Amino acid sequence: MARIFAYIVHKVGVADDSATELVAAAKKIDPAASPTAIVTGCGADLDAVCSTLRSSYSEVWKIAHETLAYPNAELIRKALVKVLPQGSILLVAHEHFGIDLAPGLSIKLNSTFVSDVLVIEGVDGVTLRVVRQEFGGQVSTHVRCDISSGAVITVRPGAFKPLESAPASGSVVDKSSEIGVLVARRRYLETVVAEAGDVDITKHSVLVSIGRGIQEKDNVAIAQELADALGAAVSCSRPVVDAKWLEKSRQVGTSGKTVKPKVYLACGISGAFQHLAGIKGNPFIVAINKNPKAPIFQVADVGIVDDLLEFLPEFTNKVREMRTVSAK
Amino acid sequence: MEILVCARRVPDTSENEIELNSAGNDIERDDLVYSINEWDNYAVEEALQIVARVGGNVTVVTVGGEDDEEILRREMAMGANHGVLISDDAFRGSDGRGLATILAVFVRKGPYDLILTGVQAEDGGAQVGGMLAALLDYPFASLVNSVEVLDGKLKVSREIAGGNKEINEIDLPCVLSIQTGINEPRYVGMRGIRQVASIPIPTPSASDLGIDPATVGQAAAKVKRVDYFVPALGKGAEMLQGSREENIDKLLELVAAKGGLK
Repeated sequence: MARIFAYIVHKVGVADDSATELVAAAKKIDPAASPTAIVTGCGADLDAVCSTLRSSYSEVWKIAHETLAYPNAELIRKALVKVLPQGSILLVAHEHFGIDLAPGLSIKLNSTFVSDVLVIEGVDGVTLRVVRQEFGGQVSTHVRCDISSGAVITVRPGAFKPLESAPASGSVVDKSSEIGVLVARRRYLETVVAEAGDVDITKHSVLVSIGRGIQEKDNVAIAQELADALGAAVSCSRPVVDAKWLEKSRQVGTSGKTVKPKVYLACGISGAFQHLAGIKGNPFIVAINKNPKAPIFQVADVGIVDDLLEFLPEFTNKVREMRTVSAK
Repeated sequence: MEILVCARRVPDTSENEIELNSAGNDIERDDLVYSINEWDNYAVEEALQIVARVGGNVTVVTVGGEDDEEILRREMAMGANHGVLISDDAFRGSDGRGLATILAVFVRKGPYDLILTGVQAEDGGAQVGGMLAALLDYPFASLVNSVEVLDGKLKVSREIAGGNKEINEIDLPCVLSIQTGINEPRYVGMRGIRQVASIPIPTPSASDLGIDPATVGQAAAKVKRVDYFVPALGKGAEMLQGSREENIDKLLELVAAKGGLK
């Protein structure tokens, strides 16, 4: 079996949650595997990450260089091509960095690229068996991958549960001298922090969240009326922002806000993982969708199959009625 | 600037519920509405806007069969100058790497300064753009949500976590994968499509491009989809099955109990 590595994303000295998930994924490929973590960066932040990773990896490869202070996928790809043994399996989280790095890395390593894996079923000889999703999670697929010349695999964040038992204290191996001179044709300039919007959806305990099912901009008012009646705020999924029906600051998901409400009313939201990843704190989720097969029903507590544009106004009226009665 | 946009025709998830067929090994393809992959449509619009600012041409290319021509016509109706349908039986069953291999050969034969793809396809895995860049040895940026043309290079913004943007400078020629929401794609009517109906669309084959059939298609694919399935639900939602009025009453009760009435 090929040697398994996990590239660990980190920020301000803290390893990403995927660090422990990738150990679990590696064990699914090879239960006997003792995967090696690879981290790049510089300074005290990098040392802090290495130190943390020693509790979950038996070996940590550290690549320190000033040019790697910001994770530029082009530079990191070049560094990984230098240090990875031929035929290796490399795991990385399927998020904005992994998406940037992994496909090109697989070409440069002449290995197989396997994208956004949810389940690893095992390996038969040189065939890796995995499960992926397509069409925004509406259907899954069994996929067979020839990993005879190695593989670069991006792993869906949150799909693999960290193992309970972890090796005690791994060693840190400094690989910095092996990477040579790195020159990038894409240069990081700055990070622009998201603008605060008119409403801070992260502060609300009840959210009326709308998706593509709201159909047009004028219908956003229907959700706002319900939110007003409930004392809630209106949030949304990506297609609503893409269509410019609501500001980006209202978007829940990996590329938007992370929210922790008590109650989350998902209205006309299909339930793509990028959206669900923005909902934390185990809220009571209500899904209203006209498609009974929408993935949102798998994660919701209560589901209603109905036409949103008819259901919501009637629900709003009922809430108002109840308010009037209880006020008397 | 000469811009190439790589596009695909896919089942349209906003028009269809994607379901399994009766055999349970594929999605139900009868009566399925296809359209251009949403991300790719944003990429074409971005290309048109760049050309409107700095001049040049937009070519849209797809790898497929005669059914796929319709998306090329649609994007030409939007304003793309050329459409190309790369088509050969040898390309059937290509995986992401196979598609990138075909496109890389095509790019090398053309005058392109900038190559755009969508971030991902509805049935894909955000892979062809990054692979194509690596095969061409061009720089690459994924998840791009703004493009500004500078001298010999671009200033691009990438969508990263939490709605933040990562600003980069990238040398031309390069490959960018375009994120939805970067622009507002223009509307295309039937009339627009009719106006481009008679423009010839070249259909180069594997031999026209000098592609070794052994490097593409099903035989070369290292990643193969075996079947489609719908996984057994986790705990799943408690579905309210009553009349609308009953559902509303029940929902109100539940929401109130969970602290949803402030």
